[in-house]
Amino acid sequence: MTYLVPLPVVMPLIGAALTLLLLGRPRAQRWVSLTVLTATVAVAAMLLVQSSLNGPLVVEVGGWAAPIGIVLVADQLAALMLVVSAAVTLCVLVYSIGQGMADGNEETPLSVYHPTYLVLTAGVCNAFLSGDLFNLYVGFEILLVASYVLLTLGSTETRIRAGTTYVVVSLLSSVIFLVAIGLVYAATGTLNLAQLVDRLDALPDDVRLVLQGMLLLAFGIKAAVFPLSAWLPDSYPTAPAPVTAVFAGLLTKVGVYAIIRTETLLFPGGRTATLLLVTAVLTMVVGILGAVAQSDIKRLLSFTLISHIGYMLFGVGLTTALGLSAAIFYVVHHITIQTTLFLAAGLVERRGGSTAMDRLGGLARLSPLLAVLFFVPALNLAGIPPFSGFLGKLGLVQAGIDNGGVLAWILVAGGLLTSLLTLYAIARVWNLAFWRAPHPDMPAVVGSATAARTDGAEQPHQVVTVGQTGAVMPKMMIAPTVALVAFGLVLTLVAGPLFDLSTDAANDLLRRTPYVEAVFPGGTP
Amino acid sequence: MTPNLTYVIVVGVLVAAGVTLLLERSLTRVLMGVILLGNGANLLLLTGGRAGGAPIVGNTPQEEMSDPLPQAMILTAIVITLGMTAFLLALAYRSWHLNGHDEVQDDVEDRRIMALAERDEGPDGADSGDGDDDDDDDAQTDNERSLAATADAGRAG
Repeated sequence: MTYLVPLPVVMPLIGAALTLLLLGRPRAQRWVSLTVLTATVAVAAMLLVQSSLNGPLVVEVGGWAAPIGIVLVADQLAALMLVVSAAVTLCVLVYSIGQGMADGNEETPLSVYHPTYLVLTAGVCNAFLSGDLFNLYVGFEILLVASYVLLTLGSTETRIRAGTTYVVVSLLSSVIFLVAIGLVYAATGTLNLAQLVDRLDALPDDVRLVLQGMLLLAFGIKAAVFPLSAWLPDSYPTAPAPVTAVFAGLLTKVGVYAIIRTETLLFPGGRTATLLLVTAVLTMVVGILGAVAQSDIKRLLSFTLISHIGYMLFGVGLTTALGLSAAIFYVVHHITIQTTLFLAAGLVERRGGSTAMDRLGGLARLSPLLAVLFFVPALNLAGIPPFSGFLGKLGLVQAGIDNGGVLAWILVAGGLLTSLLTLYAIARVWNLAFWRAPHPDMPAVVGSATAARTDGAEQPHQVVTVGQTGAVMPKMMIAPTVALVAFGLVLTLVAGPLFDLSTDAANDLLRRTPYVEAVFPGGTP
Repeated sequence: MTPNLTYVIVVGVLVAAGVTLLLERSLTRVLMGVILLGNGANLLLLTGGRAGGAPIVGNTPQEEMSDPLPQAMILTAIVITLGMTAFLLALAYRSWHLNGHDEVQDDVEDRRIMALAERDEGPDGADSGDGDDDDDDDAQTDNERSLAATADAGRAG
């Protein structure tokens, strides 16, 4: 079954090439993208089943044996991430196709959109599967370059401004990552993750700490950990809704995945545990305080995104099986929920003409379906029982109490406070945008009105009669949002097996040997 | 494999100059900074491998071969830097096209929230109720206008 491993990277890349060839034919492009991403979901699911039954699957790319050639490794953690991210990208693709068709493709110029979107998927999959530090860097670069293009689609003034900050910060983090790779290679003479395990263990402690710090710094910027997170709310809200949704769901989580991988496989022993825990509590609290101060839904959601990265770091910083398992569970939950909320925000923007809360109101009465689509994932994010957000936080709190240290208790308190403040922030959105009387400025029904303030350019407001709400919120935008809301609920229903899976993955990560033995069956050279 | 001090100093100078330029507002200078930083990182990669003859079997004895892997990595990194330089140039050109300059501007919404915080007000006047929405809007538009002016002034300064 190892032939499946490279497919999540190869298929989207071939799809990107095909969609590039089909430039003038949007219908054919749509079918190629949909087919490719559906196949990716299927392959990822098969990889997950295989890796949990038979241990990690390994492919030596190009047929070169492990330390010389590059390996792709699909262990349980990587496969789980692949399944969730592939499912989410598929849903967002359908949503963006729906939006593009309804708008006559103004918002998402299909010609560039499809190839770039598929390249982004390939980059994300490559980063998850990579068993080599430099290949991980290449994966990051692929997804980042694709994200630069997607973020500046249409190149309006606001997007150019946001894109500039985003590109420069991402470039800086890439350079730091590259320098770290150079140092790791100079110190050990290899970049293969499995081979690095022994060689890093043999290094003096100080050298290891420098290497660990450099990698953490690079991944910390990508994952938007607190002191390095200011770029995120500055850039994400200006992009088109589906782009923001997929960025929020996936890009920061790739950074979190890289932190989990390096902290467990390469640098076990928790020498930076204190640093991780301190940054975790700061990320949670400062992030959510930022969210409370916002008056725009997209910006508010961007701040909750930063804040909840703190929960994942909390689990990683505890360095126990339970903590790590809860962190992995939380990543899965958060990818789904945060994407859903951004998609719902996109629908709010279409229905209400804006995402500024002081210009919205009465959406619960105007569109009960939209209200449900926002309300359920919002409660899930805040951690209301019995949703998966509650279960993930419960696991983290248990792991923190088991740890018993002063810092762990501070984190438990910080986590609960953040949860409460998330509920407050979300309740504000609910009260202002959904529950109070409709705002006088809000058109009764607007057409393809994406707000001028987030777009930079005025777009003609097509006025449609009340009967034609389908044009405002096309079925192809509603359906994927409904699917993701349902997926979030299913996560709650299958939380038991999912937690077992993440515990398995966490145990494998902490033991390290399954990964190394899969790459080097005959012992590390 | 002994580290070469000249390399290390050159890397240090390149990175220091790169970071200084990166902190500028003008996108063209930022671009120069990115190029210098990238070159610094590439040179650092190069110092990580052994120096020697061309790594071709039959051409150079194995003990005298240089380490080809850092060179391969540098080639990849150079290609990536090249692509990014082109993209940043396009961004700078587009920014100049739209604004007549290529300086990175502040986020207006962010400035608005900061100004509210300085005046010790809530994130939106709408918290106070439904009745006075119109007043709020007027206040907000004035506010935005003055803030846009502030942002412009900040950029010019």
